[in-house]
This record gives sequence, C-alpha cells and structure tokens, in this order.
Amino acid sequence: MSDARTTTTTVIDGGAVAVRPRPTVTVLQAETERPRRRVDWNTILVHAALIVAVALVAFPLYYAFVISTQALDEVIQKPPRLLPSAYALENYVEAWRRSGMARLLLNSAVVAVGVAVGKIAISMLSAFAIVYFRFRGASVVFWLIFLTLMLPIPVRILPTYEVVGNIGWLDTYAGLTVPLMASATATFLFRQFYMTVPNELAEAAQMDGAGPLRFLWSFLLPLSWANIAALFVVLFIYGWNEYFWPLLITNTEEMRTVVIGLERLIPRSGTELPTWNLIMAGAMMALVPPVAVILFMQRWFVKGLIESEK
Amino acid sequence: MKRTVFPNRWLPYLLVLPQLAVTIVFFFWPAAKSLYLSVFKSPPFGGRDVFVGLDNFTALLRDREYYESVLNSFVFALGVTGLSVVGGLVIAVLANQKIRGLAFYRTALLWPYGIAPAVAGIIFLFIFHPAYGILPYFLSFVTAYEFNWLLKGWVAMTLVILATSWTHLGYNIAFFLAGLQAIPASVMEAASVDGAPPLKKFTAITVPLISPVTFYLVVVNMVFAFFSSFGVIHAVTHGGPGNATEIMVFKLWKDGFIGLNLGSSAAQSVILMAVVIGLTMLQFRVAEKRVTY
Repeated sequence: MSDARTTTTTVIDGGAVAVRPRPTVTVLQAETERPRRRVDWNTILVHAALIVAVALVAFPLYYAFVISTQALDEVIQKPPRLLPSAYALENYVEAWRRSGMARLLLNSAVVAVGVAVGKIAISMLSAFAIVYFRFRGASVVFWLIFLTLMLPIPVRILPTYEVVGNIGWLDTYAGLTVPLMASATATFLFRQFYMTVPNELAEAAQMDGAGPLRFLWSFLLPLSWANIAALFVVLFIYGWNEYFWPLLITNTEEMRTVVIGLERLIPRSGTELPTWNLIMAGAMMALVPPVAVILFMQRWFVKGLIESEK
Repeated sequence: MKRTVFPNRWLPYLLVLPQLAVTIVFFFWPAAKSLYLSVFKSPPFGGRDVFVGLDNFTALLRDREYYESVLNSFVFALGVTGLSVVGGLVIAVLANQKIRGLAFYRTALLWPYGIAPAVAGIIFLFIFHPAYGILPYFLSFVTAYEFNWLLKGWVAMTLVILATSWTHLGYNIAFFLAGLQAIPASVMEAASVDGAPPLKKFTAITVPLISPVTFYLVVVNMVFAFFSSFGVIHAVTHGGPGNATEIMVFKLWKDGFIGLNLGSSAAQSVILMAVVIGLTMLQFRVAEKRVTY
C-alpha cells in the first residue's frame, strides 16, 4: 500500500498540492492482482465520458467559428462543411463594418464595467455602514436591500422605464447602468466578509486616530481585493449579457450594446439573403470578451459565483 | 455584531444613501407603481387612469393566450432546469472521481456561461436552420419528419431550451463540484470498502448528500429561466411560431410595449412578482437548512 503507485498528486485549482490516496476500489483490486501492471479501465472510461461532454459543449462554438470563416456558398452547401475556410478576415471585417461593431463593443464595455464597478462600490459602502455603525433604521435598510432580490426587472418594467424617461436618461449610459446598480448579493457578500475581519483591526485603527473613511480606504479595501475581483467577474458577465434593459432603454444605433445589436444582423424579411457567415462572425465578436474574462479570471469567477449566491 | 463601532451620527446614512436611492427610485417606486397600474385602466396616449379593480386580472384569466404563456414558461423553465441540473450533476460527479485534470475539465465546461443566452440562441438558430443547419441535415437521414422550427412549435421550444441550457450548464457544474468536494472523502471510502458499486454509491450516497445543493440549483435555475430569458426568445423566435415559445416575460413586454395595454401588462408583472417571491422564499428556506450534512 505504501509504494509510490498507490498515491497520486492532484493539483487542485489555485495551486494547492494535495497528496491523496488513489480511489480505494483501485487499491483493493491492486492487492489481488498486484504483480501485473493493469490498465485502469474505470479511469479511462471517466476520462472518455468527460471528453465527450467537453466536445459536445464545445461543438456549437466550433460550428459558429467554422461558419464565420466560410464564404456564403460554402455556408449553404450540402453536406455541411465542418472545417474552417479562408474567408475569416473578409467576414469579420464586413461584420464589423456592417454592425458598427466598434461602437457596440464600446457600449457593452462601458455598461459591463459601469454596472460591475457601481454595484461593488455602493454595496461596499452600505455593507460598511451596516457592520461598523449602529444607527437608527439600520435593519430597515438591510431589509430594503434584501427585498430587491424579489424585484427582478420584469416585475417593474413599465414604471422603471417611465422613471428613467422622466429623469431624461433614455438612450444614455446613466440610464443603461444606474438602475441596475443596486445589489443585495454584493452587499451581503461584503457584510459577511466584514464580519470576519477581527475587531482588533478597527480598534487599532481607531487608536491610531484613523476615522471611519480612512479605515475603509486603508484597511478594509486592501483586504477586500479577492472579494472585489470575484464579484467583478460575475457582475461584468451579467452586465455584458443583459438584454431586456438595454433593449428598452436605447433607441438609437449609437447606444445599443452588442447583444442587442447582433439581433439586427438577422434579416426578418424574406427578401434579403441571410448572411449567416457574417452573423456568426458578429456572434463570435460578441461572445469573445465575456468568455475571455471567465477563462483568464477563472479562479475569481468560481469564487464569485459560489460565494455571492449564498 | 461588531464590538468596534464608529461613533458617528450622520455618516452611516450618507454611506447607505447611494444604494438606498437606487433601490427606492428604480425598485420600490416602480414596483409600487406596477401594483397601482394593475388595478387601473390607463389610456395609452395620456388621459385619466380609471380604477377597474381586479378587471385586469380576470381578463387575463379569460385569455387563452395568457394560459399558453404560463404553460410555455413552465415547459421552458422545467426543460432548462432539468437538462442543465441533471446534466450538471452527472458531469460534476464524473469530474470529481479523483482523476487528473479536474481543473481542466471544469474550465472546459464552464466557459459557455460567459455567452449571453441571446447570442447562444443565434448560434443554435443556425444549427437548427431548416435549410442549411447541421441538425436537420443529419436528422434527415434518420427520419422524413421535418424539423423546422419556423413551422413546428415544439422544435422552436427545443431550440431555445437547448441554447439556454448550453450557457447554464457550467454554472451548475461549478456548484455541484463545490458541493461534492464538501462531502467527506471518508464517507465515500467507507462505501467503497463495503464493496458498493459506483452506481449504488451515486444513488445511495452522493445524491442524498448533495440534495441541498440540487434543490438550491433547481430554484435558482427556475428563477433564471422565468425571469432572465427574455433575450433568447426575443433574439430567436419572437415568441413564435404562433405563440409556441411566448413565455410570460415576453408576453408582458409585448402587451406593455407593443400593445400599449398598460393595465394588463402591470397585472402580469404582479403575477410574476408573486412567483418570484414564492421562489425566493423557498430558496431561503432551503439555504437555512443547507449546511446539514
């Protein structure tokens, strides 16, 4: 049991290295047929099943990519061609031009970053107030924030639209971002985190003569980066992919986000030839930024998903 | 409770002000206005609101199209939830088998979460394209049945369910993996020593121990499918063919912003409010009991 083959080193995400015993089933079998090297069919089957799952999940994106590189007559040929062709550059340039992609991507970036930063900032401030101050009405504030969970956009859509119109925010970045900024989950996450910060830290800060804002800025903020990064990724994805709100609140080409703008590439009348290669090129451009954010900030993303939903 | 409290009278109010302002102006005021509008009839182009009591609601109850939208919402939500929760559990259990490459598999399955359901819908639209899509092409070798989503409601529904599930599968996998790793290894090893076959271990140990996570995900996926799926419907099917994919949120938008029937749209909002309150309460009930293994 103690030889090197019965243990395996597993690198868990995040770099922690754990030495774990092999699955016990294998060990038991290994004892009965010890001398021969065996093929571990169980493990191979699991890998095979997972690779099939990965391939199935990847297929729609691969297909979209392939189509985005083909000329239109290749797109409609039968049997369908499943290999990339040579027209990628042309298609992407044309889709970029036709959809006004630069502006769409800029708008989406402004909305995604604006919503994420706004939510994080106002949630940090209110969590700080709730945890580090005793004030009349604190529990009312807490409940009001909690209740926003039960008021998703569809249940208040007409009046919210009206309010934004009255403020004069239709077709503006403010209208696209500010109404989405309240966040119960982010507030709870920061509240939870502040509760775990030792009391001694605030005491020490007070002893040094630091006021509350100084304490928030110089002590709590540096401790919060992991939470901020995690929330940022999750909220960025949310903001980038929001559809209902930007659709209502914008009515000019210049203010549309990419998720909305893409829909306009699809011809609804039968008279136009559907340029599916360009539509797929547009789809690729719309999905690459958020997917890249997930891939490059994966650790933060998983942390953010799981902790902010508790 | 914190022992250290900053003594300051007005600062806490200033700190909660931004959040509170957004909450009141864009959440509570509009929600109250929704409640108000739901019992009035408002002429779309101005004029005085007329109090009509529950007329807007009873009109909905007599509206066949509304029943269809409720049914469609449930079919859609149950389809998405069933596919992505069950699929997520099976894949997460496989990936959690103490094999190499867990981090790789998680990444390779998680990334579609970044894709907006509307964009996913557009990709699936082409996969399902009656003339050029790859799926009808291959199905045509098997059957003469015409898988045309423009004509057949259930094909369109399958399309939007698959597209939405595709983007949401990784979310569930991430949660199940986190939950599975919280199951003590000793429990599984004890079962193995007792000679339990893998499938038995899965049904007798993993499923019950993971059930709080499963329940939580069922609720979250239902809420997501009910309330955040306007985009995929709007971008892909516009509710069609006929009303086959018209879910409640889409009908509410159509009646309010296209049909300008504000009273009916507000009444639909109020009904959805009841649904989300119910689901959220359920979720927190479960959350309280969540850490009980």
